[in-house]
Amino acid sequence: MSSQAVRADRGLITPFNVIAGVIVIMGMVLTAWRFAGGLGAVTNLDNHYPWGLWIGLDLMAGVALAAGGFVTSAAVHVFGMKKYSSAVRPAILTGFLGYALVVIALHYDVGRPWRLPYPFIMSQGTTSLLFEVAACVALYLTVLFLEFSPAAMEWLGLKRARMIVVKLMLLLTIFGVVLSTLHQSSLGALFLIAPGKLHPLWYSSYLPVFFFVSAVVAGLSMVIFESSLTARYFADKMDEAHKQEKTTVAFGFAKAAAFTLVGYFFAKLIGIAVDNNWHYLASGYGAWFLVELLGFVALPAFLFAIGSREKKLGLVKFTAVWTVFGIILNRLNVSLIAFNYHLPASERYFPSWQEIGTSIFLITLGLIAFKFIVTRMPILYSHPDYPDEH
Amino acid sequence: MALTRRNFLGWLGAGAAATTAAAVKPAVAASNKHFEGHPDSNAVLHDLVACVGCRRCEAACNKVNDLPEPDQPFADLTVLETKRRTTDKTYTVVNRYDGLRPTGLPVFAKKQCNHCLEPGCASACFVKAFTKTPEGPVIYNPKVCVGCRYCMIACPFEIPAYEYDKAFDPEVVKCTMCHPRIMEGKLPGCVAVCPTEALVFGKRKDLLHTARQRIARRPDLYVDHIYGENEMGGTSWLYLSDVPFEKTGMRMDLGTTPAPALTAGALAAVPMIAALWPVLLGGVYLMSTRRDKEAHKEKEDALKSAREQEQAAAKASLKKASEDAAKAQQKAVEKAVKDALAQAEKKREEEQKAKQQAQEAGQSPDGQGQESEEES
Repeated sequence: MSSQAVRADRGLITPFNVIAGVIVIMGMVLTAWRFAGGLGAVTNLDNHYPWGLWIGLDLMAGVALAAGGFVTSAAVHVFGMKKYSSAVRPAILTGFLGYALVVIALHYDVGRPWRLPYPFIMSQGTTSLLFEVAACVALYLTVLFLEFSPAAMEWLGLKRARMIVVKLMLLLTIFGVVLSTLHQSSLGALFLIAPGKLHPLWYSSYLPVFFFVSAVVAGLSMVIFESSLTARYFADKMDEAHKQEKTTVAFGFAKAAAFTLVGYFFAKLIGIAVDNNWHYLASGYGAWFLVELLGFVALPAFLFAIGSREKKLGLVKFTAVWTVFGIILNRLNVSLIAFNYHLPASERYFPSWQEIGTSIFLITLGLIAFKFIVTRMPILYSHPDYPDEH
Repeated sequence: MALTRRNFLGWLGAGAAATTAAAVKPAVAASNKHFEGHPDSNAVLHDLVACVGCRRCEAACNKVNDLPEPDQPFADLTVLETKRRTTDKTYTVVNRYDGLRPTGLPVFAKKQCNHCLEPGCASACFVKAFTKTPEGPVIYNPKVCVGCRYCMIACPFEIPAYEYDKAFDPEVVKCTMCHPRIMEGKLPGCVAVCPTEALVFGKRKDLLHTARQRIARRPDLYVDHIYGENEMGGTSWLYLSDVPFEKTGMRMDLGTTPAPALTAGALAAVPMIAALWPVLLGGVYLMSTRRDKEAHKEKEDALKSAREQEQAAAKASLKKASEDAAKAQQKAVEKAVKDALAQAEKKREEEQKAKQQAQEAGQSPDGQGQESEEES
C-alpha cells in the first residue's frame, strides 16, 4: 500500500483512486436519493429512533475523533510543549476536515438542511443544549479553518495574511479549547434530557464530563493513529524534523492518553457509584458496559502506559486504534445501543445499507481531501520560506 | 510528555473546574422555584375505568385535524390487537391491555401528547418551535423547524413523530390538544366525541380536584395516584386507572423533575467555562512561557559561569605556564652563566697551564729530555 501514495502522483488509475471513485459515485447516488426521496427513503429511522447512524457515528463519534486539533494545539501553543510542534498541523487538518464532515453529515440528517442557520438568524432556542452545540461547532469550524489557513497561505504565497493569522494563533488556540470543552461536553449533555430512555449505566449527570474527557483521549489517540498512517503513506512528504519527532509525539501522547484514560475510568466508576447503579452490572447491559469499561478504557490505559514506558511503538499504535474503536463504541452505546433499552428487540434500530454507505462516502471524502491537502501544502514538512513555523 | 509540576497544576485546575461545573446541576434542580403551570390552564382527565375502547376519539381526531385516511377503518377493532404509538398520521391511539382486571375485561388506554407543564420538547428545541400556551396546549411552529428531531429524543412519553417520507417540507407531528378549537371555545375533538366521559376537559386545577374525588369515592377501585399530576413536573393530561399504570404502557419511573431541570446544570456550566477557561489557559500559557524563559535564563547563566570558570582556569594555567617558563628561563640563564663561568675558568686554567708550560720550556729548552725523564 505504501507504494500507492507514490504512484498516485503518476497516474489516475491507482487502487486508492479506483476505490475512492466507486465510493464517491455510490455516495452521489445516495445523496440524490436522500434529497429527492426524503429521510424515509434511505434510512431506517423511525419515531422511536429519530437519531441513527448519521448522528451516532458521523456527529457524536466524528466530533470526538476530531478533538486531536484542540488537544495538540493546546499542548504546543498553550502548555508550551514545543517538542510536539510537528504534530500540530496534521492534527489541525484532521480536526478541520472532521468538523467539516460533521457539518456535511448534518445536512443529510436534518429534515430541512437549508434551515440550518435558523437557530442563529431566525429563532434562538437558548434553552437547548443543541443550540449550544450548534453555536460552538459553527464557531469552532471557523477557528479550525483559521488555524489551518497558514498552511494554505504558505502554499498560495500569501505572506501578509499568513503573518496576521500566525500572530493570532495563541488567541485562536485558547478560543478553540474553550469551544471544544463546551461542545464536546454538551454532546453528552444532550442526553441528560432523556433519563427514561438511556440505560442507567450510561446515563449520568456526569455525561458532559465523560464526553469531554473521552474526547481528549480520542484526540490523543487519533493524532498517534493519524501520524502512523501519514508516516506510512506520505513518508515522501515528511521532512527530517517531522520524521524524528514522530516517535516523540507517539510516546508522549500515549503517556498522556494513559493518564487521561485512568482518570476517565475512575470518573465512570464514580458515575455508577453516585447513582448506585452497581446492580445493573449483573445484567446483559451490565456485561456490555463492562466490555466497554474494561476492554476499551482500562485495557488501553494499561497498554498505553506499557507502550510509552517500554518505548514500544507498535504497541502504542495498536492501542491508539483500539482506543479510537472504544470511543466510537461509547458514542454508539449512548446514542443507539443503550438508547431505548426498554424497547422490545423488534422495535430496535439497525442502520440501513444506505445510511452505512453514506457514512462511508463521507469518510472517503475526508480521506480524499486529506490526501489532496497533504500532497500539496506544508503539513508534514516546514515550508522553506517559513522555517521557524515548526 | 514531560509532566512538570506546573502542567500538572494546570490540568488539576481544569479537572476541578469541570467537576464543579457538573456539580451545579443539583443546586439548580433543588432551587426554590417550582412552576405549577399557567393559572387557569386547561387539561383533560382520562379515566381508564370508563374507557370502552371504541376508538371514536381516534376517528374524531383524524377528522378535526384533517389527517389522512387510515389503512383500516376506525370501526375495525382488530387494530387493537397490536400495541401502537403516535405517528405522523395519528395524533392519538388507543391501546388494549388484556388480563389485568379480575373481571377479565380488557383495559383501554388512550395515548397522545400529555402537554407537559414544562415540556421537554420545548426545552430541547434550538429554534423555539414549541410553545407552552397559557391555555394549556403545547403547540408547534413548523415555520422555524429545522428537523433535527431532538424534541423526539427529549420527549419522555415518546409522542412527537416525524414525516420521514416528505423530502422537502417534513414536519414534527403531534397532538395540539386542539388548540385552535379551544381558542374558539370548543372542546378538543376527542373529548367532544367520547361517549362514556372517559375524557373530561376542564381547568387543570378543577380536574385534579375531580380526580381526587373519584379516588376518594372508590378507593377500592382506583389506584391511589393521578398520573400526570407530578410526572416530569406535571402534565396537562391527567390519568386515573384501576390497574397499575405501568401495565398500560405508562412509565412510572420518569420521576417528577421537569425536563428543563435535567439540562439546567449543563447549561449553567456553559457561561462559566466561557468565562473562566480563557483565564485558566492564559495563566497556563504565561506559566509555561515564564518557565521557558527561566529555563533559558538558567541555561544562559550556566553557560556564562561555565565560560568564566573556563577563563579562570585558562588564566591560571597560563600563569603557571608563564611562571614555569620564567623559572625555566632563569634556570637556563643560571646554567648558561655557570657554563660560561665554568668555561671561562677552564679557559683561564688552560691559559695558565700553557703559560706555565711556556715558562717551563723557557727554563729548559730541551723539552725532549724532560719527556724522556718522565717516561723512564
